[in-house]
This record gives sequence, structure tokens and C-alpha cells, in this order.
Amino acid sequence: MGEPANSSAIAAAFADGPAYVPYLVVGDPDYESSKAYVEALDRGGADVIELGLPFSEPIAEGSTIQEALVRSLDAGMTPERFFAFAEDLDVDAALVCMTYYNLIYQYGEGEGPRPFVERAAAAEIQGLVVPDLPAEEADPLREACDEFGLDLVFIVAPTTRADRLDRLMERVSGYVYVQARLGTTGARDDVSDQTTASLDRLREYDVPKAVGFGISSGEHAERIVAGGADGIIVGSALVDIVAEGVAEDLPTAAVADRLEALSRELTEGAERGRRSRAEATESV
Amino acid sequence: MSETDTRTTEATDGAVPSRRPGRERGRDDGKFGRYGGQYVPEALMPAIEELADAYERYVLNNEDGFMDEFRERLAAFGGRPTPLQRADRLSERYDTEVFLKREDLLHGGAHKLNNALGQVLLAKYMGKERIIAETGAGQHGTATAMAAAHLDMPCTIYMGERDINRQRPNVFRMKLNGSEVKPVTTGRGTLKEAISETMRDWAETVEDTHYVIGSIVGPHPFPVMVRDFQAVISEEAREQAIEKTGGLPTDVVACAGGGSNTMGTFADFVDDESVALHAVEAGGSTLEVDEEEGVAPNSASLYAGDEGVLHGARTKLLQDSDGQIMESHSVSSGLDYAGVGPELAYLVDEGRVDPVAVDDDAALEGFHRLSNTEGIIPALETAHAFGYLEEHHEDLGERVIVNVSGRGDKDLDAAIEETDQRDVPNAPDMSMFTEGI
Repeated sequence: MGEPANSSAIAAAFADGPAYVPYLVVGDPDYESSKAYVEALDRGGADVIELGLPFSEPIAEGSTIQEALVRSLDAGMTPERFFAFAEDLDVDAALVCMTYYNLIYQYGEGEGPRPFVERAAAAEIQGLVVPDLPAEEADPLREACDEFGLDLVFIVAPTTRADRLDRLMERVSGYVYVQARLGTTGARDDVSDQTTASLDRLREYDVPKAVGFGISSGEHAERIVAGGADGIIVGSALVDIVAEGVAEDLPTAAVADRLEALSRELTEGAERGRRSRAEATESV
Repeated sequence: MSETDTRTTEATDGAVPSRRPGRERGRDDGKFGRYGGQYVPEALMPAIEELADAYERYVLNNEDGFMDEFRERLAAFGGRPTPLQRADRLSERYDTEVFLKREDLLHGGAHKLNNALGQVLLAKYMGKERIIAETGAGQHGTATAMAAAHLDMPCTIYMGERDINRQRPNVFRMKLNGSEVKPVTTGRGTLKEAISETMRDWAETVEDTHYVIGSIVGPHPFPVMVRDFQAVISEEAREQAIEKTGGLPTDVVACAGGGSNTMGTFADFVDDESVALHAVEAGGSTLEVDEEEGVAPNSASLYAGDEGVLHGARTKLLQDSDGQIMESHSVSSGLDYAGVGPELAYLVDEGRVDPVAVDDDAALEGFHRLSNTEGIIPALETAHAFGYLEEHHEDLGERVIVNVSGRGDKDLDAAIEETDQRDVPNAPDMSMFTEGI
């Protein structure tokens, strides 16, 4: 493999200060509300937005995100509508698509991932995260991403062994998604020791490290950035807000306001983390 | 039962009993041509690598005498070998020799114990402390619960809510054996949702938990490992056929859902080129799919599916044009799965396995035919193989082995209800129950 190409937009998002990388399921609970929600994340300071394209068998997700994926599918989301949605968005953040490999593989005419990546590039999507695609199976997608200038993000788990880590890091670009603890996605109150251990293992690799899985407050964000993360990925805590909006039948604007407010809390927390890390470095 | 005890010395004294020529496929890298692989979240990767290592050591190389203990327990606890029985009336009806491989006589009433016992024992050798499993019809769940109780391991079984209601006796059996049964409410509440949910549990608990997958599906090494545990069916059947008839069968027939009884019945015959292999899938109500509703009213992924990635493997799937997995259907919940083992997908593409579909009506007729002619009430899954025999016996050779993968006690309510909704010509008169059933 040659050097993976880097999307300049994602590199820029990590270049100045810790990146805030929120995730929402596109089309949850419907197209128009979802558009308002993603734009609220952007106003709240998102640097990169991970847009979830729902698959019917999401084996890597916990119940919060799984239910959101079902809401979106029930409302008629398809890959084609997903791309239209991305084109429709008015945001400054770089866009990353998170989905499962079967949807990428099946898209368009002919075999393989190329048509999906070509279409994603046309929709100005800058990168992909594919939770069920291991490095060993990723070369066709990596080649397509290189051809169209997309980043391909891989997830590193606390249990990833050293030999696998090398294989992943040869193929990753944009940022590496550091899974903060074992398990599927879902908001938790603890910040795991596994996070610190994972960041230590990744220190030697020259790619931004974004930590995800379980971040739900500004205080979490602060601790994780202070601990060495270059970015924070937040999914379930945001999807929870959308789910509450559905359960309580709240107006779209009210849900969007909550998403924007949590986003501000998270970006401010991340910034505090950056300052305390800088101070710690200076005092050494 | 002396006539059934036909294992030759070759089968019982081999130091490396599972190294047989027909079972080399997929062992090295989990690939069957373009199928197979390890499409799993990164968090699960170390667990399946650890499992692949344990498979190599204990199953392939018989380390610490694992395979010896497995065989001993299959005999003592499971009741192996199961007989290969000549079906006299079916032989007469079709004017061909029909032999039944009686996996319905295995402990628990289905072939499922072969795999469950193998995996739970392997988990013990690996030092795992907890067992999880998914189940559709409940057959794999009950087999896993039995094996876990037998080997004193705590066990949690995930089962779709809809399946729980369709298979109440199996739920009771799992609970009686001390397993916890967790209902899965997502999606339509059937097997594919239960598999996804079990993978989620495993992602959080991999360090001390083994996931006993129920078929030759999922990421490597599950497809080869489950095949090797189930291959005892074909190993026995092949030797029994030679002993009883002096030669190989012309045809081997097995029903196919995920494919574990199918591949177990075919494994040692794959290299016998003269033996035709027929995988009988559930044709449901029709082979047409409803793209709009995302429903395939069948479970015929070998016959009607196309290539994709599901539950950790590249295989043949029932999916819509976007790649979303369809809701499958069959009168038998054990065949009700939108995917199939990657090895079977490969053998179908290679032309080695003949995929055929039998619809719900023909399966029910097969159910009644075996019940009233041979005195064997088959599982509704198994009944599909007998539906095929009725429809295609003229295309078959002079000596046919059909795998009776399970007994039908679990299906009596469903069979009577489904029969009641149809005009099944060979069904008994159940009209005395028309009130207050």
C-alpha cells in the first residue's frame, strides 16, 4: 500500500485545537428534522460531523443508536436519500459517512465499493467509517477512497493487539477512532482507564486520535482531551436528545436548541482540556 | 442397536480425528473462494483470533485430548452414533433405496448438540467462564443450554420475542436446564435480530465469554469449526452406507437454513464426486420478494439470494437493491434466516451443491408423510427435505440418504395450526379439536 491520501478538510478540522466530532443518524426521526439537527451541531461548533447511514443489522451499535437507525429506516431512509441529504446540508464542518460494509458494497452498478465512494465524493463527503470492515478486507475500499480523495477512518479498540494496530495504522487516514472501552456504543458516566492506555499506545503514530464511546458531558470531554486526545466523538448522548424529542413530541427547534447547547458544552469542555494539557506541558 | 454401531476403527482410533480431506476448505484463512472472511467490529477481532487459535490447537491438533473428550461425550451424553435406517415404505413409494440418518435420535432431538457440545467444551478448554448463544427455533438454544448444564457453565440465550412465542416448549427447556433466556424485541424479533444482539453482548464481554454460534455462519473460524463439529453426521453416514450397502449413496439430501446440518451431512461426501448433494431451502409462500416492504416470503438465500456481507461473513443473502437485509419467512422458524453459511454459498457457485427450494405447502405434506408412513414425526425444518423427495424423486439415483435433522415434537402446535389453514391432502382429520383448541 502507498501512503493513504488525506482529505484536506478533515486534516484542517484537527489542525487547530481539539476537534469536536458529533454523530447523528441521518433521517432520524425524519428528513427535515434531521437536517435541522445536523445544522444545530454545526452551529454548536462541530469540526467534523459523522452522518450515520442506517443498515438493518447494525452489530456494532448499542440500543440507543440501534433504535435511531430503525426510526430512520422506518421513515424511508436509503443510500440515495442519504447522499441528497448531505448535498442539502448548510454546514461548515467536514462530513464523514458512518455505515456498514454491505451498503457500500451493494451501491450502484457493478461490484465493489467504488460506485459508493464516487457518489459520496460527489456529495462532498470527506471520509468513511465502516465499523464492520476490518483492515484485512479493506483494500478495495481504501483504493477507491484514494482515487476520490476520501479519508478512511478505522476504529481501534482497547483489545486491539500490536500486530493488528500496525495493519490498521497502515491503512487509516483522516483520524483514528479510539474506542474508549469495550462494548457497543452508548453514553456512560465513566471515563475508562482503557482510554488512557489506548492513547499511550497510539502516541507514536502520526494521525489525529479522536476518542469515542460514552462521552456525554463537557467534563468528560475535558478529561479526555487533557488525557491526550486530539478530538472527541460523541454519538449516543446526542441521539438520546433526538429520542427524547420523539418520545416527548417536542418541536424540532426545541430539540435543535438542546443539541446545539450540548455541543457548546462539549466544545468548551474540550477547549478547557486543551488548555490544561498545554499548561501541564509548559510546567514540565 | 448393534446394527447401528458401525464406526470403523479408522474413525475411533485416529489421533487427529477431524483431519479429513473433505474438511480442508476454509481452514487457513476462513475464505471459501470469494465468501467467508471476518467482517466484525474491531473490538471482536481479538476474540475471534483467539478462537481461531484454539480451534487449531484443540480441534485440529487434538491438544490435551480435546477431540477424544468431545467424541466420548458425544457418545455417552449425546447417544452417538445415530442410526442410518432404511425407510422401507418411502423406498417402496419412490422405487429407490431411501436411507434416513437419524439425527432426531441425538440427545435433545436434533443435530444441534454436535456443535453446542463441541463449542461449550472448547470454551472450557479456553478457560472461558460464561456462554452466550442466539437461537431461532430454539433448537440451538436448547442444545446449548443442555451442553452448558452438562459442563457446568453459566449460559445466557438471546431469542427473538416472536420466536419465543412460537417456540414456548423450547423456552421452558432452556430455563429448566438453568439458562437465562433474554427476549430480543428489535426488528421482527427473529433469528437475525437475536444474532445481532448476541454479538453486542460479546463485544462487551469477550474477555471471559464464549459466543456459541448456532450454524456455519458468522466470521472465521465459526464456519469451519461448526462444520467440523457437525461433520460427524457425514462421517458416520458414509461409513454406515458402505457397511450396509457396500457402496456410496447416489444422493444426499438435507434441509438448509443457516446450513449446519446441511454442511454436517455433506462434509465427507464433498470429495466423492459421484454423490449428488441437494440442499433444500425453505421456499416459504413464494420465491418472489417484496422490495417495498423489505420482505422475502421465503428463506432461500442459496437459491434466490445474492452476494453480500452479513453477521461477519461474505455470503449469499436475501437483501433489497440497497443492501438492506430482508425479513425472511418460513413455516419452520429454524430455517427462517436471510443468510447462509459461506461454504455452502461457495459449493453452490462451484456447482458441487444443488440448491433447491420447497415451499411451505410441500414441507407440510412432507411432515405428514414421514409421520404417517415411517412413524417418525420430523421437525418442520427436516420436513422440507421430504417435500423435495416427493417432488424430485424421479431425478435422484438409486440410493438416497436424507438427513432427519430433528424430531417434530417442538413443532406439533405449529404443524397443526398450519395444516388447519391449508388443504393438506395427507393430513389426518383433526376436526375433533375444532372447538376449544
